[in-house]
Amino acid sequence: MSGHDHATLAAVRPDFAAIAAWIPEGSAVLDLGCGDGSLLRYLRETRKVVGYGVEISDANVATCIANGVNVIQNDLESGLADFEDDAFDFVILSQTLQATKHTEALVNEILRVGREGIVSFPNFGYWKNRLQVLQGNMPISDDMPYQWYDTPNVHLCTFHDFENLCLTHSVQILERQVMTGGRRVIAFANLLGSMAVYRVKRAG
Amino acid sequence: MSSSVGIVTAQRATFDTPLTFKSGAVLPRYELMYETYGTLNADKSNAILICHALSGHHHVAGYYADDTKNIGWWDNMVGPGKPIDTLKFFVIGLNNLGGCHGSTGPSSIDPATGKPYGSSFPVITVEDWVNAQARLADQLGIQRFAAIVGGSLGGMQAMQWALAYPDRVAHVLAIATAPHLTAQNIAFNDVARSAILTDPEFHGGDFYQHGVVPTRGLRLARMLGHITYLSDDAMADKFGRELRHGKLNFSYDIEFQIESYLRYQGDKFAAYFDANTYLLMTKALDYFDPARELDGDLNRAFAAAKAKFLVVSFTTDWRFSPARSHEIVHALLHNRRDVSYAEVTSDHGHDSFLMEDAQYIAVMRNYLNNVFEEVSA
Repeated sequence: MSGHDHATLAAVRPDFAAIAAWIPEGSAVLDLGCGDGSLLRYLRETRKVVGYGVEISDANVATCIANGVNVIQNDLESGLADFEDDAFDFVILSQTLQATKHTEALVNEILRVGREGIVSFPNFGYWKNRLQVLQGNMPISDDMPYQWYDTPNVHLCTFHDFENLCLTHSVQILERQVMTGGRRVIAFANLLGSMAVYRVKRAG
Repeated sequence: MSSSVGIVTAQRATFDTPLTFKSGAVLPRYELMYETYGTLNADKSNAILICHALSGHHHVAGYYADDTKNIGWWDNMVGPGKPIDTLKFFVIGLNNLGGCHGSTGPSSIDPATGKPYGSSFPVITVEDWVNAQARLADQLGIQRFAAIVGGSLGGMQAMQWALAYPDRVAHVLAIATAPHLTAQNIAFNDVARSAILTDPEFHGGDFYQHGVVPTRGLRLARMLGHITYLSDDAMADKFGRELRHGKLNFSYDIEFQIESYLRYQGDKFAAYFDANTYLLMTKALDYFDPARELDGDLNRAFAAAKAKFLVVSFTTDWRFSPARSHEIVHALLHNRRDVSYAEVTSDHGHDSFLMEDAQYIAVMRNYLNNVFEEVSA
């Protein structure tokens, strides 16, 4: 993959660059719900990580293999039994949290298997989403491009909601990067940010 | 477009250096039948070894000039444009030691006695096979395989290569296999062996001199095997409770179609397969356990491996279930080895690994395309 491709990829998925910036070279990384493996490939080529993905879809597994990315076909909801405690420096859950059924259990599993977790998700509290709810409709946006009846998103939340979960589940937030349309958001994040990437670890 | 490798010719390799088995037995000289497809490149880096399962042999792909209906057992996977692409790779199939397709085995003549080895042929292990395969590789001038591929018992051999000869294999494709058999699996093998061992025509393994063949035992062994290779659903779909003559006959003849199928498979197999080879193959399956001498710690066993792995299982395979493949994956992850794992949804039980499922083919093709890129780089 050329440098140009890296730039294109980072533009399409703005969370990729934020995630990569947090990962030191040579880290061991697990990407949950890794899709076609493009983040892992990006991290391997830019950060030289030793990476593995977990993915359930047949088509994505075949594409990961074509991309030369290590992929373990499994349902991440059924647990991460293949992985030992603290097996990875980072466990990534990119734009998948809101689509998980057993979200609470998964957050615990992420921090069992990884020394740190990197979690990105769309902000239900983004003002454009709130506006649509005020207008009487479930929100549809670039980060949540689904109708209410066909969405895979079953656990949508706001930044506040996620941060409350961390507080009550002994999860320490190390860093947070909020973005809208690929640009960083500094103030009034829960209102102005459409998505965020969190770096977390077990508290204590 | 994919096609057949066409007409192939079996070859015979002779080894005059004694081979010491894990059991301590020594075979002073032996022969291995093999076939090759494709062309070995200049730096001899594009070789793929195919390890066969219980009833397999060296005739993996193509057909013979004088027997065009005799198509190789993995012809849907190996050939020009197929996942194991003979336009890219130099592919080797062999008949393992102890086999009954021309390699030295119990039915071969022991030069020391002038009679078939029979009961005197040593009990063989996966480790012994792999050692013999390594000597074949030496003879063919192949220091390092681009990949070693095997399903079931063949997958055990492919894994063993990575453990015993870590510098001689770049990629292992372990399909529908397990790091060792479960008690249930050994139990099935023991029933199969008992059928052969108790056949009055077995004669303690030396039936050749009596001019008989323990076909009843072999037939039962194969029937049992077939039940375990298929899934409950596949059997229900294929045969259901269908009656051969449309009505109950209140007899012990074939009534249900499944009985007809099993007996046909049993008869076909018993007509050509050697009973002693069957015993040896099932014993090799039972014995394989690379963690045995490491307190059962598979993680330690796989510490020796350097190869990259593709592990594939099939959802309805209950003889070598996906859970068993997860054990392999777990041990590789523990050692931070490159590994991908695909769990293919298939109705065909353990036999799935020989079938042509689109996802299975895609996974194999994509993986091996990258192996070829590495070889060509």
